[in-house]
Amino acid sequence: MSTSERIRVVIAKPGLDGHDRGAKVVARALRDAGMEVIYTGLHQSPESIVEIAIQEDAHAIGLSVLSGAHNHLFERILEIMKEKAIDDIILFGGGIIPDDDAEILKSKGVAGIFGPGSPLRDIVDFVKGNVKPRM
Amino acid sequence: MDIDETLSGIKLPEYSIAPQDTEAKNPPPGQFPYVRGIYPSMYRRQLWTMRQYSGFSTASKTNQRFHLLLQKGQTGLSVAFDLPTQMGYDSDDSVSFGEVGKVGVAIDTVEDMKLLFHGIHLGEVSTSMTINAPAMILLAMYAVVAEETGVDPSLIQGTIQNDILKEYIARGTYIFPPEPSMRLITDTFEYCSKEFPQFNTISISGYHIREAGSTAIEELGFTLANAREYVRRAIKSGLDINVFGKRVSFFFNAHNDFFEEIAKFRAARKMWANMMKNEFGATDPKAMMLRFHTQTAGSSLTAQQPENNIVRVTIQALASVLGGTQSLHTNSKDEALSLPSEKSAITALRTQQIIAHESGVTHTADPLAGSYHLEWLTLKLEEEAQKLIAEVEEIGVLKAIENGFIQSKISESAYQHEKKINNQERVIVGVNKFEQKENEKLELLKVEDKIALDQIAKIKQIKETRDQEKVDHALKRLAEVAGTEENIFPFVLEAVKLRATLGEICNSLRTVFGIYKPSFTI
Repeated sequence: MSTSERIRVVIAKPGLDGHDRGAKVVARALRDAGMEVIYTGLHQSPESIVEIAIQEDAHAIGLSVLSGAHNHLFERILEIMKEKAIDDIILFGGGIIPDDDAEILKSKGVAGIFGPGSPLRDIVDFVKGNVKPRM
Repeated sequence: MDIDETLSGIKLPEYSIAPQDTEAKNPPPGQFPYVRGIYPSMYRRQLWTMRQYSGFSTASKTNQRFHLLLQKGQTGLSVAFDLPTQMGYDSDDSVSFGEVGKVGVAIDTVEDMKLLFHGIHLGEVSTSMTINAPAMILLAMYAVVAEETGVDPSLIQGTIQNDILKEYIARGTYIFPPEPSMRLITDTFEYCSKEFPQFNTISISGYHIREAGSTAIEELGFTLANAREYVRRAIKSGLDINVFGKRVSFFFNAHNDFFEEIAKFRAARKMWANMMKNEFGATDPKAMMLRFHTQTAGSSLTAQQPENNIVRVTIQALASVLGGTQSLHTNSKDEALSLPSEKSAITALRTQQIIAHESGVTHTADPLAGSYHLEWLTLKLEEEAQKLIAEVEEIGVLKAIENGFIQSKISESAYQHEKKINNQERVIVGVNKFEQKENEKLELLKVEDKIALDQIAKIKQIKETRDQEKVDHALKRLAEVAGTEENIFPFVLEAVKLRATLGEICNSLRTVFGIYKPSFTI
């Protein structure tokens, strides 16, 4: 994408999970890398997360799930994105997600999964390298 | 690379000398202010309670895990509830979809609680329950199970976490706004001091504050600031400090920095004792003794080279024992990836047993006392934490939570720590140094989504067989009393007995109390 356009990322906590250390750290790292970051806060429904991303004209949604409900939540958000014919927002995420589940989620359309210990630099580079330019 | 500071940023001298007044300030173990421990003979008298936090899937599945752990030598129980239970929703609520039984056991009614403790004598075991916003309801269920299985409820022993302040700060499972939440807590203090005198009615928790990324200083400072607020509320609601003070317990994290952690536990005891005696006028020494549970630091576990986690847990557990803990949970090596498998949970328990029975550290109380370094660091932790408490006090605890002051401090520490790992200023073995391409593949515990259907069927069956009219009346009565100043515990107990669900009881309270929405973001 062009260097003049600022990347906008929605960092979201879907479901009932209350662990937001990772979400906040990633939000801060993306911000420090020059991106505009909207953090949703806790306990968001999949519907409201997609809605926020549309309203904010986001390039990416980053989900943080440590509750074990990742399969349901990621897939539900992909489903809503499909229903709304959103094809210019990438979905990525992290949390306590076993490798096998991460592979399945990626095969279904999640662009990247970052587990515990992922370097912040990798996440920043991933977002920069994968967001889609706007027409 | 040369590290010259603790994880909290305390600059360390190349060597420490004994603070001149160490002896005067540190009377022997068992004497005020209990820096050196609350009992003179500590673990010779009694080992800490080995209490592994566990719960997943249905009550029956978790009951099997409880029996396994008890059979392997665990000495107390600790229940992990799933998120819908912690947030006051039934398993058949639409928001529970995908979450039932995932991070803990699903409990919808007292019937689930009965299954959870099947074959376990509630008059003989002590049970800790990590439950906060709906703590009163789960404790009521526990008491009803005791009664219905022939145990005098006044004999039940254990702890409910019941610490809502740290939920707003760090853990996120809140339901109601702060004021009604604090009222639920003081109602619980009051009711339990009469009816369940052996139950600890709060476990004031630094654990989650630390997991959210705070330093050890912040964990200590914010936890004791919260503790002070609970004590004030209890006194204001007319409770006797010498009675409820004995039923207050604490819950701390044992993280990687060995000496800083031990110093933290010692400083915490001293600060609490001083606060209770000098500030609040407690006269019964038991109300001044800080008793605490420890859990090793979940956030210190790595997904990379998970076997290494066993070593981390051992060092952390050792710090908590040298710090004088009353009970301990050791994490399992697979917890950066999922809930612990049966095999890894047993290894974690074995770690405690090796420390207890083989290492010899239990033979003498506070064996590191008099170490120039540790005594110096204990004083330093206290001093720094006191500064933080003063900052919070200036704002007011509830205000400092509602305006995000405390949360911002923690987030800042979390980010600075992460940056240091990213810059390799702090080494995490297997993560930013000594990496390996291939990691051992673990057999992970998996909770099937279909267990939600079993829970939903159970709720349906209970609703069909209970006396609906009585349930409706009890829920209505509960809402009415919630609007007054009367203690609501007896009304919750009544609803529980009639097989009202957790969600129904919480909804009844939601209509009166409203729900909490944080007003700030980062």
